[in-house]
Amino acid sequence: MTLAVKESEELYLKSFRELEKSRASGAPGWFAKLRNLGMEAFADLGFPTTRLEDWKYTNLAPLTGVNFQPAQYDFSDKLAEQIASLPFVSFETTRLVFVNGHYCRELSSLAGLAESVKVTNLSEALRTGGSSLEAHLARYADFKSHAFVALNTAFMEDGGVIEIPKGAVLEKPLHLMFISTGGAEPWVAYPRNLVLAGRESQAAVIETYASLDGNVYFNNSVTEIVAEEGARVDYVKVQAESEAAFHVATVLAYAARNAGIQTNSLQFGARLGREELSTVLDGEGAESFLYGLYVTNGQQLLDNHSAIDHTRPHCSSREFYKGILDGKSTGVFNGKILVRKDAQKTDSKQSDKNLLLSESAAINTKPQLEIFADDVKCTHGATVGQIDPEAIFYLRSRGIGWEDARNLLIVAFANEIIDRIKFLPLREQLKKTLAAKMAGGTR
Amino acid sequence: MLLEIKNLHANVGNNEILKGVDLAVGLGEVHAIMGPNGSGKSTMAQVLAGRDVYTVTEGEVLYGGRDLLDMSPEERAREGIFLAFQYPVEIPGVSNTYFLRAALNAVRKQRGEEELDAMDFLALIREKMKLLEMDETLLNRPVNEGFSGGEKKRNEIFQMAVLEPKLAIMDETDSGLDIDALRIVAQGVNSLRSEKRSIIVVTHYQRLLNYIIPDFVHVLSNGRIVKSGGKELALELEERGYGWLDETVPAGEKA
Repeated sequence: MTLAVKESEELYLKSFRELEKSRASGAPGWFAKLRNLGMEAFADLGFPTTRLEDWKYTNLAPLTGVNFQPAQYDFSDKLAEQIASLPFVSFETTRLVFVNGHYCRELSSLAGLAESVKVTNLSEALRTGGSSLEAHLARYADFKSHAFVALNTAFMEDGGVIEIPKGAVLEKPLHLMFISTGGAEPWVAYPRNLVLAGRESQAAVIETYASLDGNVYFNNSVTEIVAEEGARVDYVKVQAESEAAFHVATVLAYAARNAGIQTNSLQFGARLGREELSTVLDGEGAESFLYGLYVTNGQQLLDNHSAIDHTRPHCSSREFYKGILDGKSTGVFNGKILVRKDAQKTDSKQSDKNLLLSESAAINTKPQLEIFADDVKCTHGATVGQIDPEAIFYLRSRGIGWEDARNLLIVAFANEIIDRIKFLPLREQLKKTLAAKMAGGTR
Repeated sequence: MLLEIKNLHANVGNNEILKGVDLAVGLGEVHAIMGPNGSGKSTMAQVLAGRDVYTVTEGEVLYGGRDLLDMSPEERAREGIFLAFQYPVEIPGVSNTYFLRAALNAVRKQRGEEELDAMDFLALIREKMKLLEMDETLLNRPVNEGFSGGEKKRNEIFQMAVLEPKLAIMDETDSGLDIDALRIVAQGVNSLRSEKRSIIVVTHYQRLLNYIIPDFVHVLSNGRIVKSGGKELALELEERGYGWLDETVPAGEKA
């Protein structure tokens, strides 16, 4: 049965009311209030429609038509075994593992983490209190005007909470691993992460989404990242969901004075995937680097929205995205750069390059500059092209077969983004993920 | 004969460029193909390498007795044909080393030789780089990207040195080279001359032939070979230009 949008919205409200009754009174008052505010905002906003400029190319009917149930999960040895075979598991990192949105203590490992660094899951952090949670949670990702942030805020229960104290430098990346599996009924989970990097601290965070089977589910995640003065945060998000799944993610990165944030976003999976990544450069000398890659085939729709908000002088941003589109798939890139009145001497570059591998694939790309300051350096551009036949011939004329030549060129195109990732084992894994996806070909 | 071209006609779209080329190249010979701009020199070079923007409408090409036109570009390369491009293609994101190793191993596999491991490969290419006085930093750079015109041409001959073809076709390798680069390129080519290797040098100018002395010189004009001779013909062309050949009757099948 396919639901109408109104019915769907009401089901979320009903689900919220039921959950409220069953929820123990353990959660702190401020948190319960936040969830209520989230629900109220969602009731007000409803699901976005293609009449909204920001959703013009992304029709949510396939998502709103499904009756999703709250996600369940039972730990078993068999599950542990299956998970051990997933890519991204073997990394030597500290990690928090979540299965269907719920924290999985058995597979998480924080061994070797410096004592001053606080890494925990959200439900635990709420129980123990005493962290900066209340001061930061939901202060950056705006739930009042974004329906999916509102929905996540209403239903949030678990996710990673990472606090790096002033001056601390993390040797290994922290891996937030979201694994999806099973369920006879389609289910929905609401991962909610918070990364607080204290003054002059340095940390790398990897957030990955992978699936054990090809089921229909919906991950609606929100990640808030705060880089305090002089902090360096390196954040990678990998979306390798099942190709029957829905993935809507919002990432909000806030950079204070002289802070630096690098984000690498890679989307491979999901039937419908949407990522909204916003960085706010809110102190002089802050900088951000945004790298993104989306690889689509079959009937996939992958949507990448990004926004860079320059509010202060002397900030710089670099944004490079690339898309590889095959089959009858669709890609969306929308990159907005906002330079506010006070943000003089802003230095900003943005580009989105796309490789169309099939005549039936489509890309909607829209770089967007809004500049209110008068002394800035901003460039942007977008390209759409096919594989260069001259390059193919050049490679073949040296003995490299047609298919190898084609793959070599696609991989080379993608590597310009993948090679920006600093954590080498992840780079290597992503090259395999890309190769596997390409071998899947046009479905 | 290593290569026999018989009455070769080739089109781009409906436009006939080659109008009956005849040429025979024996093993170990160096042939220069000269001719004015637009005479079809580059078309001939690219047709031999298998470029599919050209359609062969008539004639045949035998390579070691096999039908060359029936082979894909990669098969030709694996069988020992090498084209040094007039305009080498830039390939962002693919390092020169990776590219060259893939190419060399494809060719070696065809010859029934084992793939080279990284150490042996590096030793081999270091040796060949010296030959062309190339900077080692070029190895890790993407293929031809950001190379100067001279570096690109040198890189072509460097690849040729590594792949050790049976039949090398140099398409205007001299154009855009200063005299120093020209000497280095010519030296590289000369060191590759052998009785087991044939070379076709396509050029507009006689200058290169001062350094790479050909056994035969052919003039291609309006899609046909109109005159053939020894190395002296190149000098005559340098003096008299190409104009006087327009009235000449096509030279026939044989060099």
